[in-house]
Amino acid sequence: MTSRDQYLKLLENGDLLFQQVPMVEIDGMKLVQTRAILNYIAEKYNLHGKDLKDRAMIDMYSEGVMDLNEMIIMLIFSPDPKAKLEEIEKKAKERYLPVFEKALTGPVYLVGGKLSCADVYLLECTLMLEEKFAGILKDFGNLKSFQGRMLQIPAVNRFLLPGSKRKPPPDHKILAVAKEVFNMKF
Amino acid sequence: MCDKPVLYYFNGRGRMESVRWLLTAAKVQFDEVLLTTRDQYLKLLDSGDLMFQQVPMVEIDGMKLVQTRAILNYIAEKYSLQGKDLKDRAMVKMYSEGVMDLNEMIMMLPWIPDPKAKLEEIEKKANERYLPVFEKALTGPVFLVGGKLSCADVYLLECTLMLEEKFAGILADFPNLKSFQGRMLQNDAIKEFVKPGSQRKPQPDDVYVKTVLEIFNMKT
Repeated sequence: MTSRDQYLKLLENGDLLFQQVPMVEIDGMKLVQTRAILNYIAEKYNLHGKDLKDRAMIDMYSEGVMDLNEMIIMLIFSPDPKAKLEEIEKKAKERYLPVFEKALTGPVYLVGGKLSCADVYLLECTLMLEEKFAGILKDFGNLKSFQGRMLQIPAVNRFLLPGSKRKPPPDHKILAVAKEVFNMKF
Repeated sequence: MCDKPVLYYFNGRGRMESVRWLLTAAKVQFDEVLLTTRDQYLKLLDSGDLMFQQVPMVEIDGMKLVQTRAILNYIAEKYSLQGKDLKDRAMVKMYSEGVMDLNEMIMMLPWIPDPKAKLEEIEKKANERYLPVFEKALTGPVFLVGGKLSCADVYLLECTLMLEEKFAGILADFPNLKSFQGRMLQNDAIKEFVKPGSQRKPQPDDVYVKTVLEIFNMKT
């Protein structure tokens, strides 16, 4: 989405259940709500744990990572990003990274010995953290190894190459587009 | 030996209330450890039982579950309240997440210094963005998805009741929702839950806010 007109058209089509994006057209549905979309994909492609208890662990880890990812996403909207950055670094080092460091002492993946969405969100998160805090994984040897293993997955490897569908970190240009699309004043 | 789930949270609604609702709808009895002092909270932290140092936490089936959605997902799946197949589950999730966005706005109200503007925003969003979706979904069907009770119905009921606490006549233009509410309230377990003296928590007040701030060693 790059213009307000595009957004208004989507709204008028009635394709956005709660008038919001993200929206993903998949299998004849127009899915909205990030977690609904992620859950559908994870379940459909067997990235969601083999049983109820594994799913509970995956959800716990995933939600923790998502909390941290959310802080990073919201940075661009923060009036005082410096203070927010410090808070993110502190929370990452004290609250989140130690949990995953411990979980990856031995196991190759976070849950149940197989790849799950939690591993994917964690990889995404560690890469975004390193974009902000270059040496942040220095004291987290297991996480660094985990990152290395995940990056060897061919599809993941390709995703990180320039020209892929992966998006760059948000900058003021994207913020300006968002403001225009949503007709917001800041 | 009693295998009831145990809920660890403050003595108020917050992020645990939906869990209380869902367990009730699933007809599962539960116990609660209500945090009222900082010492209690620090003890819980020291025990290592809070994976990310946060509540809500629910002890259930030998696990100490944290993260509201992880807890709710587990209960919903265990008690068959999340949809019969992948596509129904997608609908249940979409509706649930929408309701949760609205519930979250209501939950944050006690923490906002000037709630008047936020209240207006909530009423507007409820009337324009959320309630019409559910009004339409309930034109005919008894439940939101797949002809059977799901967690989405439970969260929606909780939400409509909380909205009416703030905006008495808000369902006036949404008769399907009003009927839905009436049907849901006839469920035996839910009927008991909305009576005084149940485990349902009252609206947050100054005492609640003060207690939570003390527990986190924060100043107003």
